[in-house]
Amino acid sequence: MSRFRSFWLELRTPLAAMAAAVLVLNLLSFGLGQVPLSTVLTALAGSWGTTYGIGQVLFKATPLLLAGIAVDLALRAGLFNIGVEGQIAVGSLAGTIVAVVLPASLPGIVALPLTLLAAASTGAAWAAFAAWMRTRFGAHEVITTIVLNRIADALVAMLMTAWLALPGTVRTKDIAPGASLARLESLSPFFSGSAVSWAFPMSLLVLLGVTVWLRRSRAGREVVWVGHNERACEAEGIAVSRRKILAMGLSGAIASLAMAGTVLGYKGYYEIGLGAGVGFGGIAVAFLGRGHPVGLLLAALLFGTLAQAGLVINAQVPKEATGILEAVVIIAVALASRAGRLDASARAAKGES
Amino acid sequence: MSQLLTLTFVAETIRLSIPFACAALAGVWSERSGVVHIALEGVLLSSAFGAVVATLASGSPAVGVLGGVLVGTLLSLLHGLLSARFRVDAIVSGIALNLLAASGTRFLLRAWFDSASNSPPIAGFHWGPTGSSGAAMLARTLLDPVTLLAVLAVAVTPWVLFRTRFGLRVRAAGENPVAAASVGIPVVRVRLIALCVSGAVGALGGIHLAFDQHRFESGMSGGRGFIALAAVILAGWRPVRAALACLVFAALEATQILLQGQRKLPPEILQMLPYLATLVVLALAAGKARAPAGLGQHATEER
Repeated sequence: MSRFRSFWLELRTPLAAMAAAVLVLNLLSFGLGQVPLSTVLTALAGSWGTTYGIGQVLFKATPLLLAGIAVDLALRAGLFNIGVEGQIAVGSLAGTIVAVVLPASLPGIVALPLTLLAAASTGAAWAAFAAWMRTRFGAHEVITTIVLNRIADALVAMLMTAWLALPGTVRTKDIAPGASLARLESLSPFFSGSAVSWAFPMSLLVLLGVTVWLRRSRAGREVVWVGHNERACEAEGIAVSRRKILAMGLSGAIASLAMAGTVLGYKGYYEIGLGAGVGFGGIAVAFLGRGHPVGLLLAALLFGTLAQAGLVINAQVPKEATGILEAVVIIAVALASRAGRLDASARAAKGES
Repeated sequence: MSQLLTLTFVAETIRLSIPFACAALAGVWSERSGVVHIALEGVLLSSAFGAVVATLASGSPAVGVLGGVLVGTLLSLLHGLLSARFRVDAIVSGIALNLLAASGTRFLLRAWFDSASNSPPIAGFHWGPTGSSGAAMLARTLLDPVTLLAVLAVAVTPWVLFRTRFGLRVRAAGENPVAAASVGIPVVRVRLIALCVSGAVGALGGIHLAFDQHRFESGMSGGRGFIALAAVILAGWRPVRAALACLVFAALEATQILLQGQRKLPPEILQMLPYLATLVVLALAAGKARAPAGLGQHATEER
């Protein structure tokens, strides 16, 4: 196969996704009586047109990237983690509880790991339960994780109203200063005013770490093998159930780290609904990224752009359009990658490969 | 506890069971034809919205029912086209369509009604006796046209599915698509028709939700589509048993509503009840239930 052809095949899916997003955004704005292209141009100017806009895109992309890595990691083991939404909710709350309780004098080098550990272990347990239901009882994780999302919502609401929320509000107390993550504007004036924090570089580290773990460690490679062919792994004596539960637990842990961008680096407290929608955005990121670290990063940036653009154009087109665009992108990606698979199998049949 | 054994409780249970039962029947129709239908939640939500918009536009709840059925059928058909015709993974398609329904209805709420949460009120049907006694509530619930349509669907589905030529084809497509195709059954077309039936039946549930609340509320399906799927699994993909399983979930929800006034427990614990029950049901039933053997399979190899 020529290099150009393989390059084109790689590019086709993201191009289809972006074309679908731009087309649908145009249709929506046209339907609302706007001049079509102007909305798209406003959206672009408000996201990538200014340094503030770029910072905001990175801020929006941070939890999306972590959620995307989480969904992707579970997919590697052959599990659909639709429960990232709930894992972020319980993980963020657990992390915030620790961050609020810690003494204000505690230095960041202790406070931050403690906070993130609390979030990650809670999210991991929440997710691993669904994998255990799958391996132990055969209950499909798509339904159990969705049900667990609902339970997480109710649980978080209950704990907040009964115990954690400041009277008359839906938010917690402020977190200890040691647990907070500084904004990147303290690093460079380029980001001044925008909400992007150290959580973004941290999410890049997580992406790198997961990629290396999947490729270089024994456990990580076994996870990928289990995803490829469960029965062959069983025959080889790999502990399939344990690998699945491990992958799902890690997935939940990484999902919960999304709190770094929302609670630790931005709000400084948790409130009901903080991070809502990120889980489903993460599913879109994982499908568009297609199991490649660079793909995941670019996909998170694309959806971060959509989220920021949605806020910018809110006066012209309701920001709910972002969700429609996400759905359209998922469908476009699924259709385009189907087409890609067909091409590949047709060529394989002809003996070209 | 005594108030749990009243006519009010029976009426509430039946009223609350309709959305679950319709979604579960929709699930049976779709999955018996071999298509996993995660998008039931979106069918409920979008048909509720369609019913409200059609009622507001025409002033007639009957037109509202038609509008709801149309929207629900279209969304279900789209799911069929994506997963059966174009062979997108059915779970991916379902997730995307749920997202489309959730954000699409919110978008249109903002665009058409300038509200982030709900539509203007609609009248709905007013049949049966008025009054707040248990007997009057029960009569009102049973005489509601949408309820009657739903009961009709529960009664007719097993007959169509197990006693007609069309039903046999649907089950053949779901049990063994390759064999079905080899005897000349157009598997993809049969599945698309089954998904249209599924969407129309499921839409009754969404319409019932909307008429019951007398308006559309953002996210009003509230996970019922997923609970209905659990009921389908519990019932072993049999329609009447699935509807009966939904009565149990509805009884849990009715308990929650009736006990809410007492404030002995935090309301969130009661809200969790149906979902905790779903987890228990899945743990008990998922391994044993026999799914249609061709679920998620296609009639031919990759082209």
